[in-house]
Amino acid sequence: MVDPAALLRKLGHSVVDRIWRLGFAARFLFAILRFSGASFRRLPLTIREVYFSGVLSLLIISVSGLFVGLVLGLQGYETLQRYGSTEALGILVALSLVRELGPVVAGLLFASRAGSSITAEIGLMKATEQLKAMDMMAVNPIARVIAPRFWGGVISMPLLAALFSAMGVLGGWLIGVVFIGVDDGAFWSQMQAGVDFRYDIVNGVIKSFVFGIAVSLIAVFEGYDSVPTAEGVSRAITRTVVTSALAILALDFVLTSFMFRGTS
Amino acid sequence: MNRTVLDLWVGIFVAIGIASLMFLALKVGNLSSAHLSETYALQAKFDNIGGLKVRGPVKSAGVVVGRIADIRFDPSTYEAVVTMNIDGRYQFPRDTFASIYTAGLLGEQYVGFDVGGDEAMLKPGDTISKTQSAVVLEKLISQFLFSKASEGQETK
Amino acid sequence: MKIPRGKVVAIMGGSGCGKTTLLRCIGGQLKPTGGRVRLDKHRVSEMSHDDLYRIRRQMGMLFQFGALFTDMSVFDNVAFPIREHTDMSEEMIRDLVLMKLAAVGLRGAHGLMPGELSGGMARRVALARAVALDPMLVMYDEPFTGLDPIALGVIGQLIRKLNDALGATSIMVTHDVQESLLIVDYIYFISGGRIVAEGTPDDLRASRDPFVHQFVHAEVDGPVRFDYPAPSARDEFLPGVAHG
Repeated sequence: MVDPAALLRKLGHSVVDRIWRLGFAARFLFAILRFSGASFRRLPLTIREVYFSGVLSLLIISVSGLFVGLVLGLQGYETLQRYGSTEALGILVALSLVRELGPVVAGLLFASRAGSSITAEIGLMKATEQLKAMDMMAVNPIARVIAPRFWGGVISMPLLAALFSAMGVLGGWLIGVVFIGVDDGAFWSQMQAGVDFRYDIVNGVIKSFVFGIAVSLIAVFEGYDSVPTAEGVSRAITRTVVTSALAILALDFVLTSFMFRGTS
Repeated sequence: MNRTVLDLWVGIFVAIGIASLMFLALKVGNLSSAHLSETYALQAKFDNIGGLKVRGPVKSAGVVVGRIADIRFDPSTYEAVVTMNIDGRYQFPRDTFASIYTAGLLGEQYVGFDVGGDEAMLKPGDTISKTQSAVVLEKLISQFLFSKASEGQETK
Repeated sequence: MKIPRGKVVAIMGGSGCGKTTLLRCIGGQLKPTGGRVRLDKHRVSEMSHDDLYRIRRQMGMLFQFGALFTDMSVFDNVAFPIREHTDMSEEMIRDLVLMKLAAVGLRGAHGLMPGELSGGMARRVALARAVALDPMLVMYDEPFTGLDPIALGVIGQLIRKLNDALGATSIMVTHDVQESLLIVDYIYFISGGRIVAEGTPDDLRASRDPFVHQFVHAEVDGPVRFDYPAPSARDEFLPGVAHG
């Protein structure tokens, strides 16, 4: 017995709720930017967060980058071989990594490694009243806790994406040149002829920067907005990973469509 | 303020990140050659540019000497106007022939300069007068078939 | 409700009657829906954000479970408000922090992380942090919850001692009657959002008010009902009979 009116009401309710949260998130971003001055004046706070979100993600990012590059090298070789153009392997690997896979996959890994831990940390601080205690001590938690974590993520993400792409290219080279025996010179020269610095690499870096902002904002927001219980925090962590993944893929489509349109 | 182990790690991290960016820029990308330090513009008009694209290469004797900056349609002459940025290190004679070629059977299209013997050189902003349009495969095939068909009729 | 300077005042009532909310209003974290909060000459309930932060530097608050910052050591926790609000040199901060920790008997524990402390110790560290800037008003939110009798007595004595040493005013929200009766100067009982009784500990011990009597002597049933409001047992257990 499903009452259509009740179903409709529930749907409407969840839509309104989502828009509400979106508005709150926008206001939250504004507050972060407003109180960021303090977190830059006290650089050690932000450096600490770069350590937590960047340095601790180094291993997973470089290992995954290497593996993605290895797979791209193998698959690309298989396909290119049919058209007798295996020397194009370099450009294939480099372009797919620099333009798409680097920012996107690094972003997804970053969301699940660093984003979730940021949410967990802030959620826990909220659940144990640490944020309220800070507020009572006349220290603004947004300036002291939220903004440094946000900027730590925003700084780390482009560097991680660049590392991911670089490791991927090395992985492709390893498979293509060292194991399969594609010509070393052709691999690099085709790559260099086809990859443009401004067009491909800078756009890739811009992408990863945008993803960094999105994931960091989602992570700190979900933590700050979490229901202050053990269950609420674990739900918030799940939401961080899911929302970040959706945001990265959607933003990737939007960015790609006006970065790489028509020309190539 | 004391330096801590943490600072060291963050320093290593940032160094690795910047090294990766440099690797991408120098080894993977063509930062050195893409940034034609000083360029000058030349124009050429074509009846048909085929699949020519902005940012495509301009080659002379197979060497990339510039990039295509802009492609426009000229409504008065019904021609395509292609603007090219040419590396400032290279000069070309006034009677240079600009043609649209295809790299390989399915490759990208580019503008090729076939150099003439004129003493005077092209100046920045000049328009190349001698051009040859892109070869359109369909036209070629239909021409071929048409001539074959007419040959067959004549022999009967 | 008036809270005089220099005294330790307890606000008591059952769970969920709005005691913590009251503290939040005094600290300015919540705006009261009606009425006003005044501190000295200032109207806390109508202050701007910046003024509020200025006045909070003169307040200390002990949270229910201490709310120590889990990513900092005990020393850094106590040093936190000092570092945030003053320009003292590290040596001065060190001396001050160790002094505050010594006052709660935990000078030896300054290198530990909050996770390594027992509940009672964590509460004492939080107390040291709350009074780190020598506030004129200290608020305690359920300082006795979840402590063993010894730790409970220690915290109680510390609250009294620190209040007298600092010349501060303390407001304590609690439902631990016996311990509070020993240390406070004055008690307010609230229930259902209003004050139902007030007086000194001796007054309340002798009180004939049924609510106070139930609370002080921890009786199961009284003006505060044992049963949660529910339909009558007859309706609930025998629906068929009830409706014939």
